[in-house]
Amino acid sequence: MWRSGTVIALRDETATARTITLQIPDWPGHLAGQHVDVRLTAPDGYSAVRSYSIASAPDQDGRIEITVERLPDGEVSPYLTTQVAVGDPLELRGPIGGWFVWRPEQPEPIQLVAGGSGIVPLMAMIRLRRATHGGAPFRLLYSVREPDAVWYGGELQLPSSDSSVSVTYAYTRAVPEGWPRRPARIDAAQIASMTWPSRLRPTCYVCGPTSFVERAADLLAAAGNSPDRIRTERFGPTGERR
Amino acid sequence: MAIISPGFSGRRAPTDSTLPPGQYLTAGFPVLSAGPTPHVPLEKWELTIEEGTDVIRRWDWTSFRSLPTETPTVDLHCVTRWSKLGTRWEGVSLDTLLAGVKTEAAFALVYSYGDYSTNLPLEDLLNKQAWIAFRFDGADLEPEHGGPARLLVPHLYLWKSAKWVRRIKLMSRDAPGFWEAFGYHNYGDPWREQRYRGD
Repeated sequence: MWRSGTVIALRDETATARTITLQIPDWPGHLAGQHVDVRLTAPDGYSAVRSYSIASAPDQDGRIEITVERLPDGEVSPYLTTQVAVGDPLELRGPIGGWFVWRPEQPEPIQLVAGGSGIVPLMAMIRLRRATHGGAPFRLLYSVREPDAVWYGGELQLPSSDSSVSVTYAYTRAVPEGWPRRPARIDAAQIASMTWPSRLRPTCYVCGPTSFVERAADLLAAAGNSPDRIRTERFGPTGERR
Repeated sequence: MAIISPGFSGRRAPTDSTLPPGQYLTAGFPVLSAGPTPHVPLEKWELTIEEGTDVIRRWDWTSFRSLPTETPTVDLHCVTRWSKLGTRWEGVSLDTLLAGVKTEAAFALVYSYGDYSTNLPLEDLLNKQAWIAFRFDGADLEPEHGGPARLLVPHLYLWKSAKWVRRIKLMSRDAPGFWEAFGYHNYGDPWREQRYRGD
């Protein structure tokens, strides 16, 4: 069933990524980590559909946010990041997916590992966690090319009073001034020092490009995390997600 | 009735007629799976066919690879909307694996190493429609694409082609597999665009 939403806000995350807030009158609600299909239709009836993870925590107001990265040769993402305007209608379907989700009643510590735009479904979990009193602590390891490529940066900065979610960054191409590490892909030492010890039996959520997810999930498993506690969501070079 | 997106014209491929509805072509081979990639050593690999509590067929890698193989060239259609045409595989036909099996079962639940599963009617595994594939494009199948061996059922969406296949359970009653239980379509015919429950 396709639903009609209205764009009610737009916000640039980086030079190439934009967050779109949609108001959907009959939205049934979602779980943190789920995604939607978005459909664009041309005047002659031609349509194109892509999947985007929901970035916002579930709320009662029928509102969701998605963040879209503009792919240079994309069909849908250039429209969503440059042409869509506040007040425009957008068709969507969902929420979709029931595996890559976090529920507040889960008692175990949560390890989030994001590669680039893979932060989006994990951000929904973080927002829901911060809106929930009590509950298990979160860690986020967020791998990005460079400091300017961080999404939701201001929001991820921890208020000192909030110890529910701790955030560490790993930079692959350029680091902030004075950063103690050179840019590099994540490795076993980072997984050992920046993620929950496996003896705490965290559930791990890993999202990002395929090569990143393969590497991160392998490293988490090698660090002693049971494969059945590592949930992954991957998107390939063709941009079939986001 | 679809809502027109102001200013959207899209980018249409000239070969649209060969694609199921809502799919677009890719030259790459994207990966989609729910957990880490299992790495299954060949000396520990096995494939079984089970019915009830009985194991009615069992192969280790050596006996599996002594079976006659076929080299299908097929189109792949993923529910995440990419399609890849003319992919070349080598595998053992399910007709070969199920030859001589007498069963009343009408359904199969296919299990992977790593606890993934998917369900399909038994007849969709028969009659030159399905293989246990172990080579892709002339090379051993990479673990991230399902190696050492995966199910290949190209006439259904690709999540039905379970990677890292380990056992095939024959059943008289249908039961949902992993994605099917999470709201994906029970059958998954790309030409009828059966993506999600209710399509």
